[in-house]
Amino acid sequence: MQHNEKAFLSVRDLVVEYTSDNQVIHAVNGVSFDLERGKTLGLVGETGAGKTTIAQSILRILPDPPARVRSGEIWYDGQNLMELDNNAMRKIRGAQISMVFQDPMTALNPTMRVGAQIADGIRLHSGCSKKESLVRAQDMLEMVGIPKYRYREYPHQFSGGMKQRVVIAIALACNPNLLLADEPTTALDVTIQAQVLNLIKILKKEKNTSMLLITHDLGVVADTCDNVAVVYAGEIVESGTLEEIFDNAAHPYTLGLFNSLPNMSAGAERLRPIAGMMPDPASLPGGCSFHPRCPKATEACKTERVGMHTISGTHCCRCNKVPVAAGRGEGL
Amino acid sequence: MAALVELKGLKTYFETPRGLLHAVDDVTMSFEKGTTMGVVGESGCGKSTLGRTTIHLLESTGGQIFYEGEDVTHVSASRLFKLRQDMQIIFQDPFSSLNPRFTVEETLKETLLRAKRATRKTLDAEITKLMDMVGIARRLRMSYPHEMDGGRRQRVGIARALAMNPKFIVCDEPVSALDVSIQAQVLNLLQDLQVEFGLTYMFVTHDLSVVRHISDNISVMYLGQLVESCPSETLFEKPLHPYTKALLSAIPSTDIHNRCEQQIIKGELSSPINPKPGCRFFNRCPHACEACYQAQQLREIGQGHFVLCHMAEKLQADIHAEACLENRTGQMC
Repeated sequence: MQHNEKAFLSVRDLVVEYTSDNQVIHAVNGVSFDLERGKTLGLVGETGAGKTTIAQSILRILPDPPARVRSGEIWYDGQNLMELDNNAMRKIRGAQISMVFQDPMTALNPTMRVGAQIADGIRLHSGCSKKESLVRAQDMLEMVGIPKYRYREYPHQFSGGMKQRVVIAIALACNPNLLLADEPTTALDVTIQAQVLNLIKILKKEKNTSMLLITHDLGVVADTCDNVAVVYAGEIVESGTLEEIFDNAAHPYTLGLFNSLPNMSAGAERLRPIAGMMPDPASLPGGCSFHPRCPKATEACKTERVGMHTISGTHCCRCNKVPVAAGRGEGL
Repeated sequence: MAALVELKGLKTYFETPRGLLHAVDDVTMSFEKGTTMGVVGESGCGKSTLGRTTIHLLESTGGQIFYEGEDVTHVSASRLFKLRQDMQIIFQDPFSSLNPRFTVEETLKETLLRAKRATRKTLDAEITKLMDMVGIARRLRMSYPHEMDGGRRQRVGIARALAMNPKFIVCDEPVSALDVSIQAQVLNLLQDLQVEFGLTYMFVTHDLSVVRHISDNISVMYLGQLVESCPSETLFEKPLHPYTKALLSAIPSTDIHNRCEQQIIKGELSSPINPKPGCRFFNRCPHACEACYQAQQLREIGQGHFVLCHMAEKLQADIHAEACLENRTGQMC
């Protein structure tokens, strides 16, 4: 597949494997997606679907070994990141593409003052003096809603929500063009989550940053994303705009995810969970990887590989049972 | 209906080098037989401590606990042993709450024999029965916790609690470590078991959509205090306490067309160590005023609707006025 030259970030046929105990674990199996400038793409999926691995391969911070990128191209702003040498990559990392990690408790250095941790990246990428970088670090702290004077404190003196703000400040310190946010609010309480999501939205608007948001929470996706890609067992099974996915979900897995959510507005009806478990990525089932859990599976689903096909507009789905131009509301 | 478990002014304080930490402060609630009471709040609000104090895993500092009308706040070791069989707990983390060196069979065997719920002869059948009840495949009988995924491990935790044939179970965030599709399976299982055995649950969680789904009544906690308690529908339709409102509006909704205005509260939980006598939500509350410095009393506002806020009536009137206004404009359109 040719990469989309108009897109700001274009990932093509990414395949990543992990090797452990002489077993090959197929974490990412041919993932392709595009992200436009200033837009937010939500990668949704359950634990072990390969979401984090995708983000780490974009930034090329996969632990190698055991991880190995088998194939794939990552086009960022007209260059293929996979072909860059380490020096060139280091100039991009943190300056143009940066990442917000899931767990703010472990993402910060416990022995360094938070101000110094933010200043580090600024000094490295802008080449300014130590003094100047510290001043800019204090400005960053203020921007994420932490009083300036606290820049001399250590991470343990901060609460979870504040630590995550510091992590966000580090990620945004060099005005990146692309932000990879890996479950940025999963470790936080709902009221703090609302604060952090609001902060990310405001900063994104101000700086026209593109964002890849990784999450398992469909509510967070509805709140922040323009486009959605649903990941299952290392493949994108459905993608489209927010409206296309939330109004007309087509793939049985996406429908299953929506049905598993307890409904906030209606009363206590019985949940309809997806039967079974996520397959072991070391031995993925043949054919469609969702067929063992799929209520609509037929014999053909067990053997035939399923390709991504367009349903309507930008709405694509990896399922042979879904007719073109059908969805949850109408058709089917 | 008679209450199975009742808490009256329950207090749990912890000594810390910086002072007395008020983890649970003057909490009163009652659990009707066969119903589910959801306890919600953010991390550090004392909801887990409340659950643990109720079943005597932690010693209470003050107040009373009643079980079937009997005061069980301070009981002898032998009475406690019997009491524990009626009051069980399912822990949050299915990874650390199981003995890693015990197979499923050994975990259940120990429990059954200790409580004399089975003899050596009936043990095998009893274990099979429990495993079937919670939906663990029989082939997993000799599996160790590390060989199973989170959902199955949580089922073992549930089976272990059920082995005692309890009447009251504290579910301490039983599904928060699980993925949504697995979470739905476990929630359905808990509901089925409740119907089958007439169990009473205290469901501790931070996830409001889960709590709405499973609870009959909901109690909202903030910094050790009960701030609002009412039937489940009332809480979601007419929340009164400013904290409850903020909590509800902070949940990201999956409904992309009817987006309600988010009311984001500033600040974070203040310290539970030596709190001041006034309202503890004061520093984050949009309605805060002078009277909030006074100690607050939990008051009944409507049918079974308790609120810890001196402004409750005024807020209720505001809601009413708003609703009237909406109706009128609706008619005009």
